[in-house]
Amino acid sequence: MNQKKSKKPMIITLVLVAAIYIGVFIAEQTMPATSMLFTVLKKGATYALVAVSMNLLNGFTGIFSLGQAGFMLVGAYVYGIFTIPVAQRAAVYQYFDGGVIQFTVPVIIAMIFAGLAAAFFAFLIGLPVLRLKSDYLAIATLGFAEIIRAIFQWNGLGPVTNGSNMLRSFPSFNDFNIVGADGKVAVYLSTLIPFIMSGVCILLIVLLINSSYGRALKAIRDDEVAAEAMGINLAHHKRLAFCVSSFFAGVGGAMLAMYQTTVQAKSFTSAMTYEILLIVVIGGIGSVTGSVLSSFLFVACSEWWLRFLDEQQMIGDFQVPLLRNGFRLVVFSVIIMIVVLFFRRGIMGDKELPDLLSRRSKSKGRAVK
Amino acid sequence: MWDTIFPYLLSGVSVGGQYALIAIGYTMVYGILRLINFAHGDVFMVAGIIMVYIAASGLPLWLCIPLVLLITVAVGFLIERVAYKPLRSAPRMSVMISAIGVSYTLQNLVLYITGGLNKQYPKIPWISETVAIGAAKTKMVTIVTPFLVIALVVALVLLINKTKIGMAMRAVSKDFETSQLMGIKINNVISTTFIIGSFLAGVGSILFFTNYPTVIQTSGAMPGLKAFVAAVFGGIGSIPGAVIGAFIIGIMENIIKGLDVILFKLGVIEAPLGLATFSDAFSFALLIIILVVKPTGLFGEKVTDKV
Amino acid sequence: MKKLIALLLAAIMLVPVFAMADDLPVLKIGVYEPASGDSGAGGKQETLGVQYANAKMPTVEIGGTTYKVELVMADNGSSTDKAPSAAQKLVSENVSVVLGSYGSGVSIAGSDYFKDAGIPAIGLTCTNPQVTAGNSHYFRVCFLDPFQGTVLANYAYKELGATTVYCLGELGNDYDQGLITYFKQAFEALGGTAIVDSFPNNTADFTSYLSNAQGYNADVFFCPVSLAYSTQIIQQASAQGMEIAILGGDTLDSNVVVDAAKGTTVKVICTTFYQEGANAEFDEGFKAWLNENPDMMTNNGGNDMISAVSVMGYDGYVTALAALQAAGSIKGADVMAALPAVEVDSVSGHIKFDGNGDAIRTSAFVKTVNNETGAWEFVAEQKVD
Repeated sequence: MNQKKSKKPMIITLVLVAAIYIGVFIAEQTMPATSMLFTVLKKGATYALVAVSMNLLNGFTGIFSLGQAGFMLVGAYVYGIFTIPVAQRAAVYQYFDGGVIQFTVPVIIAMIFAGLAAAFFAFLIGLPVLRLKSDYLAIATLGFAEIIRAIFQWNGLGPVTNGSNMLRSFPSFNDFNIVGADGKVAVYLSTLIPFIMSGVCILLIVLLINSSYGRALKAIRDDEVAAEAMGINLAHHKRLAFCVSSFFAGVGGAMLAMYQTTVQAKSFTSAMTYEILLIVVIGGIGSVTGSVLSSFLFVACSEWWLRFLDEQQMIGDFQVPLLRNGFRLVVFSVIIMIVVLFFRRGIMGDKELPDLLSRRSKSKGRAVK
Repeated sequence: MWDTIFPYLLSGVSVGGQYALIAIGYTMVYGILRLINFAHGDVFMVAGIIMVYIAASGLPLWLCIPLVLLITVAVGFLIERVAYKPLRSAPRMSVMISAIGVSYTLQNLVLYITGGLNKQYPKIPWISETVAIGAAKTKMVTIVTPFLVIALVVALVLLINKTKIGMAMRAVSKDFETSQLMGIKINNVISTTFIIGSFLAGVGSILFFTNYPTVIQTSGAMPGLKAFVAAVFGGIGSIPGAVIGAFIIGIMENIIKGLDVILFKLGVIEAPLGLATFSDAFSFALLIIILVVKPTGLFGEKVTDKV
Repeated sequence: MKKLIALLLAAIMLVPVFAMADDLPVLKIGVYEPASGDSGAGGKQETLGVQYANAKMPTVEIGGTTYKVELVMADNGSSTDKAPSAAQKLVSENVSVVLGSYGSGVSIAGSDYFKDAGIPAIGLTCTNPQVTAGNSHYFRVCFLDPFQGTVLANYAYKELGATTVYCLGELGNDYDQGLITYFKQAFEALGGTAIVDSFPNNTADFTSYLSNAQGYNADVFFCPVSLAYSTQIIQQASAQGMEIAILGGDTLDSNVVVDAAKGTTVKVICTTFYQEGANAEFDEGFKAWLNENPDMMTNNGGNDMISAVSVMGYDGYVTALAALQAAGSIKGADVMAALPAVEVDSVSGHIKFDGNGDAIRTSAFVKTVNNETGAWEFVAEQKVD
């Protein structure tokens, strides 16, 4: 029986993705630029990339690492350090006489540097840490993230990292808008650009997952001992997964810097890693589509849709009880607990979007016959 | 030389003892369930907040303290039943994620209730008094802590070695499935573990917040993490190991904070190097070194990997 | 019959006119302050000043139309990663001007969002120069850290007779590190020695840092840190029997600090923007308002001691209204163009902006805690030519 894998679901997925990109572009030209929708889209795209990179490590290779925030920090700082315009450096590095680095590189190259720097740190950290058991690996990577944070905040490195002070004035997403001759924005690109950056990186990760390397990683996740017996070099593959994941976490960090317009080491805490982990779990460990979907949902809920819970609402003269500052986060935490306890497999389990579509078209075919 | 180092040792012993009480909770839960209870540090913080609110309501202190311990134990018990029990058959990552979720929920709940304002811990008489030891002055709680910790640990070790429930706990931590087959009521054992752990965290919170009286929702995060590092450092699953690990971490952390002064006074350096910034990072570095050199910690047992 | 229907229709058409007479058009002012986190207490007190001003002046007349002023709150959580979304929220609500923030770090973090949207921001108590340096949309009604650092250094050297000062700041906090840098520059120029140390975020145990100060034989302990930490430091200093004075900047000006120092022998001194008693009318009115509203009293720390940041909040609101009137419109861009020329006389003094958008301030108040009565005591008004 000849079973050809139907190309249809793949094509439908690609068409959907293209439609989303076009939709985003059109929305940005038509809707007011200050709408919360674009904040959610930009941050969602950034977190999507970081979530997919974490999924590569935790979901596809089975390495439970909690060091994501550290690599994002490295990426964000490297990007900032190399792209602050030379004219602004004296103002930004005001306590360190303008800083040591006095040149800039184009944005794309700075992002690649960011990824490479993060991957380099990952390589160094991986040497001692990757042979530990899963729980110890989690704590060791968490510890390394804290050590990286302490190093970047150290005043001794101030001429490079600006110590405790923020890095700012580097190019952000809004700088990609094409400004007309009258000073007003002619074409809005500030949301499309993060989508493109994220999309390209996620595409690369998906290609890796579907290659022979990806299959080896999945084998390691399922049973390490058996994989080794089958001839897979454990150390080599684990290191590869760790470095690739950290490369994209670094790029994600650079994108986060562009979104926030300022970078400060203090904000890259383990709490950020936990947020990414929760996004991955809600989306489904082992599903790239799930991570992407759930990162947008997560950002939308926490930044936009649930914001009304923080304000005191009045129905007529009656003040609704419980609604005040902080309630949004409580509701949010409860929702997360419900998902973790009752929907353990997450939104997508370990399926991808083409899988969902292919099952539907298969059953349609049978009904026709 | 001694006079210079002594205040740091004192601080270290005080905070180390408080870490030890939290670390015991981590190590016991890990020994039985192989679970890093990320929410344990936040249970510690919740105990502090509950004391603030109960004391503010006007009850006399001798009534507040047992009430707080009771409520903390109930919180720990509830967390286990609601968030960990349903996931007992799930892969390890799920339970750890549930623990992270509980930690997140507790912190946000406390943030909401306190409105983000810092709360001041009530002054407990006698242990808050200032005493002089040698040339250094400190609170009475600094002296009380190590003795209290040792007393509690001795009681705990007796419980584990001499009582029936203790024997059950040892059996479960050796082999989860076989103990169930042998007729041990797993739920009781696990609940007892959480109750003991939460009780110790409650006592630890009373000592900790008497020393450092401001309570906010993130008060439990760093002590919890450091206590866990201490437990791993000392050998996870070993109670004396966790206590010794905690004291070592507490002392080393404070020596690092004072390292600039010590070196300056010894004439080794001319100007301060700003080494105090690495006090937190140092604890983690110590952990990583131990994990690489001796993965089972100082007093841990050797684990064989059966294929 | 037709006449009746015509009359009824006419009557119905008049109703909206009456309805509109009650509903004034609304203009929004954004309040960009922390309500949680390390600076939550201070942010809440600053917001109180703005809210009191709004209660006293709820409407403003611009170009012939009377507008109702609505405050839009956004909590930036005292951290630079929550700041962007708080800033974005204000931008999406189309506020005309933003007031805030308490905390130079979060002010800088949200700055670009306001700039891109063309909305001016008025800093109330953020003293780090980087908030207004190099941009034309952020203004400031308080003094700057180079000024504050010099005042503190002069006070420590001349009045307290200190030759060695131990400076402690939070790692990763621009305000702490910035003020310490300026203090150190000024103090060493006078001939003293300043030793700088940092503690990591979320530290509760300051006993070793206090031991450090004693080890260096410091005469003064300078800790311009957030309220969450300063209360810890004071309580632990008392427990350790520390005899040297604790010196701080405007972040130490709060009744929370007074409560921590009350009943101890620890000497606490700080520089600030306002001293209770300088403007009796404002003091009375604000205290009465606090006492009438228990929620506001809780936000003020439970008593009616006036914090200087509340005064600056009030003055910021007054300045914003003056700018709106001068601009003649509620559009952000127009207000931004009108702000540089605005001059008002308000509770904290005369407010006039210089070329950089900073208010020209020539004096700071120095005050100390009276440990017995549990209140602030005025020490001096330091002027600079």
